Amino acid sequence: MSKVRVLVGTKKGAFILHADGKRKDWEVSGPFFAGWEIYHMKGSPVNPDRIYASQSSSWSGQVVQRSDDGGATWAPVGNKFLYNGVPGTHQWYDGTPHPWEFKRVWHLEPSLSDAEAVFAGVEDAALFKSIDGGNTWEELAGLRGHGTGPHWQPGAGGMCLHTIIHDPSNADRMYIAISAAGAFRTDDAGKTWKPINKGLHSQYIPDPTAEVGHCVHHVAMHKERPGVLFMQKHWDVMRSDNAGDQWHEVSGNLPTDFGFVIDVHSHEPETVYVVPIKSDAEHFVPDGKLRVYRSRTGGNEWEAMTKGLPQKDCYVNVYRDGMAVDSMDECGVYFGTSGGQVYASADAGDSWTAIVRDLPSVLSVEVQTLA
Amino acid sequence: MSEGDEAISTIRVVLPQHLRALVGTAAEVPLQVPAPVTVRRSLDALEARYPALGGTIREHGTGKRRAFMRIFACEEDWSHESMDKELPSVVAEGKEPLIILGAIAGG
Repeated sequence: MSKVRVLVGTKKGAFILHADGKRKDWEVSGPFFAGWEIYHMKGSPVNPDRIYASQSSSWSGQVVQRSDDGGATWAPVGNKFLYNGVPGTHQWYDGTPHPWEFKRVWHLEPSLSDAEAVFAGVEDAALFKSIDGGNTWEELAGLRGHGTGPHWQPGAGGMCLHTIIHDPSNADRMYIAISAAGAFRTDDAGKTWKPINKGLHSQYIPDPTAEVGHCVHHVAMHKERPGVLFMQKHWDVMRSDNAGDQWHEVSGNLPTDFGFVIDVHSHEPETVYVVPIKSDAEHFVPDGKLRVYRSRTGGNEWEAMTKGLPQKDCYVNVYRDGMAVDSMDECGVYFGTSGGQVYASADAGDSWTAIVRDLPSVLSVEVQTLA
Repeated sequence: MSEGDEAISTIRVVLPQHLRALVGTAAEVPLQVPAPVTVRRSLDALEARYPALGGTIREHGTGKRRAFMRIFACEEDWSHESMDKELPSVVAEGKEPLIILGAIAGG
């Protein structure tokens, strides 16, 4: 029987949650790297026992950890993230030029075809690649170098490259997203990049339809339909049917279209999940109710999933990397909250149970479906 | 000692808990450091012995001390001294440790 392994990054360490295919009884291991912020953990699709973790702290900066035995043991690998050449400047919050300064790794995305290759999205926004299992890192400098870099600016959480998506049908194509610059695509394996933000409308920037400057919170794709993208922007849930060349809004009947996470069902490319958050000033779920909204129509028509989730006095947030789906026959959906709960649904969102309720604030959730 | 050889001192370096855990060592680490013993030479020796500490006390690239990491010797704060200033002889002789601390900050 297949089993699942859920990788949870929190503000004070990492946890690994195990269950068999029923996803009913869970074992919790951890904390790993206790006391450190774990922004993200992800396993290699080629070798699922190889897992990377981004470990950081205000005191001692960035560490990257790697496990080659499914998370049982870990060892630090390379943490030298040096921008290529003279880093230059981006816009600071007040509009003045500010030098690029490395702060942390937000997201680690292993290659789909090579267990030794892994990509890192970092703050201040840049994309790095390792081809030796994380021991050494090199910037894919074409992203910052394509021309709009000096106009990028940090969102409230910093100027982070937080989303990296490989196109499984085209090894040369990759998508990334940056707060607050927008989404970008490469069609030549990272040498050159183009902004893909047409159709986005952001009232909080001087030119609401600018080529860059949009605060994209997360992007999701179904692996069998790589040209269709779903985006949770600062405000607005968006969709593109042409690999990001043009976007249109699919917020529809959501109670609020602010939020961070977005994900797609593992077997149904038109089934999409979001967790609406009240507003940019009030980062918690509206009305004290934790509701996952599911669309089975690729957006616009959304239904609230509430069974098993708290429906009063709940004021948590779900951060941008805090949701994942497994690939079991009946799709499992997982998300973690700022309040330290990790919820799981073994029936595509119809009902939910808390795997754990009292972890430190959850920064990221990934899931591996294992044979 | 022949001409051109450098004297080697064995110093004691005390690490904060989070860095001890990172490299799996005891609180105090003995290190061989060439004279004259300075903060820079001590950190060079520390990072050579424990490569995973690279970037955790001083930044990669600039080599600057990380803002929330502090360095003490003989009950004095050496954090703002030049990294090339010679440390007190009692540190070089191993009688007093070189202490690396995480500042009390954050939550």
